Amino acid sequence: MTPYDEMTASDGSVREAYRELEYWLTNTTVETFQNKRKEADLLFRRLGITFAVYGEGGDPERLIPYDVVPRVITGAEWGAMEKGMEQRVKAINAFLNDVYGDQQIFRAGHIPRDIIEANDAFVPSMMGVTPPAGIYAHIAGVDMVKADGEFYVLEDNVRTPSGVSYMMGNREAEMRLFPGLFRQHRVRPVDHYADFLRDTLRSVSPYKDHDPKVVVMTPGRFNSAYFEHAFLADRMGIELVEGADLFVRDEIVYMRTTRGPQRVDVMYRRLDDEFLDPQAFRKDSLLGVPGLVAAYRAGNIAIANAIGNGVADDKAIYVYVPEMIRFYLGEEPILNNVPTYMGRRDDELKYILEHLDELVVKEVHGSGGYGMLVGPASTKAEQEAYAERIKADPTGFIAQPTLALSTCPTFVGSGVAPRHVDLRPFVLSGADRVRIVPGGLTRVALKEGSLVVNSSQGGGTKDTWVLED
Amino acid sequence: MLSRTADDLFWMSRYVERAENVARLLEVADRMALMPQDAGGTDEWTAVLIAGGVAPLYTELVGKVEADPTLRFMALSPENPSSIYNCFSVARENARAQRHTITRELWEAINDTWHGIRDMTPEKVEGMGHTAFFEWVKSRSHLVRGALAGTMIRDDAYSFTRLGTFIERADSTSRILDVKYHLILPTEEVVGGAPDYYQWAALLQSVSAQGSYRRMFGDQIRYTNVAELLVLRPEMPRSVRSCYDNIMENLQNLTDSYESQPRCLRMAGKLRARLVYGEVAEFTGQESGLHEFLTEVVGTNLQIAAQIGKDFLLTPENEDTPLAFPENARQEQTMG
Repeated sequence: MTPYDEMTASDGSVREAYRELEYWLTNTTVETFQNKRKEADLLFRRLGITFAVYGEGGDPERLIPYDVVPRVITGAEWGAMEKGMEQRVKAINAFLNDVYGDQQIFRAGHIPRDIIEANDAFVPSMMGVTPPAGIYAHIAGVDMVKADGEFYVLEDNVRTPSGVSYMMGNREAEMRLFPGLFRQHRVRPVDHYADFLRDTLRSVSPYKDHDPKVVVMTPGRFNSAYFEHAFLADRMGIELVEGADLFVRDEIVYMRTTRGPQRVDVMYRRLDDEFLDPQAFRKDSLLGVPGLVAAYRAGNIAIANAIGNGVADDKAIYVYVPEMIRFYLGEEPILNNVPTYMGRRDDELKYILEHLDELVVKEVHGSGGYGMLVGPASTKAEQEAYAERIKADPTGFIAQPTLALSTCPTFVGSGVAPRHVDLRPFVLSGADRVRIVPGGLTRVALKEGSLVVNSSQGGGTKDTWVLED
Repeated sequence: MLSRTADDLFWMSRYVERAENVARLLEVADRMALMPQDAGGTDEWTAVLIAGGVAPLYTELVGKVEADPTLRFMALSPENPSSIYNCFSVARENARAQRHTITRELWEAINDTWHGIRDMTPEKVEGMGHTAFFEWVKSRSHLVRGALAGTMIRDDAYSFTRLGTFIERADSTSRILDVKYHLILPTEEVVGGAPDYYQWAALLQSVSAQGSYRRMFGDQIRYTNVAELLVLRPEMPRSVRSCYDNIMENLQNLTDSYESQPRCLRMAGKLRARLVYGEVAEFTGQESGLHEFLTEVVGTNLQIAAQIGKDFLLTPENEDTPLAFPENARQEQTMG
């Protein structure tokens, strides 16, 4: 089956939103694309928009391949997606409140309690601790794919979703490389993301009597996403701190400044729960701040995202998000889930094992595109080996039909060809409202036929245009 | 501002300055080695290693002092913490950590420099010629300072950055001048034989001061004049005095904006008073007077640098860190 192409319809005609772009693609030479791509590399390198890979030898500073051909989403399409994402993240926030509160959804029988208890990301010590304004997932990345012309949610990321700096960097690059294209299209801007993020973080400060002090916390300069942490701190005009810059006294968090200790009210942290505080979690963590969790429990600091969010974004709980929307909001889900078979259900397990050659099977707690089986692309032997793994731990796996992921025109060296893409928009939830910039990070599988878009496995990125209708 | 930010900026500019000064030290030695009288001696290279504070490390890692291995060790060795390669790497690491604090121009100047030194090999240095290599290092340092001067907001971040430059330069100028001591003790006031003359001339050239010297003192090179120029003269931008004028100015800016009276300000003020009111005869009278004076300046300068750290970069809970330095070694950034 030919996958859905976002530019060209199956009858060969060009979709309206891509009309100008198609003309431009046809009339731009391969040399121009090659030169622009080199220019883009240089630009990213000079701006330092890189990600760091240590311990593999070679240059630790890598560039994520950038495809100069933008991806277009119509305003109408975006409108529905925006509503759907807001609904989804609201439900997830309500769910997290419930999990660490009364646990009504379990008692009502909509979600089996053991799904949570079996998840390592569940933090029992957070039971009864309500974060400021009841917001857990301040920053959510909703991964979506388009199949047969419709968007499906592939997974929710409510721990520390990354990639937003590429969304912004790609737009800067695209505007520098092809200003003419922006004159022909009415592309909705994304560069106010940093303002949205700052407003969101400020809104959850536990204190209303003073201007909140907000910081970005990074594991440090050797983290692969350090650039993004620094970039966001810079764009928000706030401090980028490491664990060693902070200390806790009397359950209040301070940072060490040249003027002496200064109080911190809101922390946008970019390190995982287990490294946050050696007194509460991993004792060997040198990245965290001793006493931070106690300060959080005392209500003296807001942490974004909240501690323990991992219970809401693994691949098993994903299946129940439509259920959460109905239960907490009393609404029907706007966005589709991908149909998912769960190893924990006997009949579905049977179906999975019988259809390994056509399904995509994933580890419930896996990420980064690792440890999965893409049925149609696998050998009989691989399927058999994988079946053994599933049988040994059925609750650890889910399976989904192999979606015909949509393709977008992409420059591949010799010319422009269709390649598979996904999309990660970012949803910001504050005490006052939900904010979403029109756009997101489009990841593209640069290898012909590949469905894996992860940057760790040869994926690239594109500028994503939401058009003004 | 975060204390770590101030610390990173301080060391960023210190290491860029150090790279420049290592290049200047090497330039002196390289010139001296060209003297016909030298005839295969290696004193000037030993002097570079001593001035760089890495003589014991060199003996341990490389062994016998010879021209090419010393040059490689001081320029490109990753094992020498004060090599030009390491200076630029550490400077860039600090800049990278503070990319959100510094301007894009400053970052690019430092980052491009790092790419340049990373791709440098002994063969390339030979190919372009030693002098061209030293010029390249100096020009990169000028570029970084220019980007700083031309684009950075004049706030406390700027003051800490400038402090790094002048603390390091005061250290380096003292060490460069002291190289002479390790080579040969001055015995008469007017510089004697030809080798001696060329050594002083090379030294002046290495701090870009040959022309200035001629304009100020006429063309006869007297060692007391050289000492006066490099230690006491406020007009000479690489003199210890000039460094301390700048250190005081930046410390004053910081203490004004922070409304504090830190100890480092008093310490720096005392040293500066000696430089302002001192006379060259005071420390060039006896045979080793200048060497002793310079040793003292280096020591006091290190203490002031450490006190700046105590006053601005540490919070009260770890106030009692002792100030100790290994004999003759250079101060290095401690990651913490």
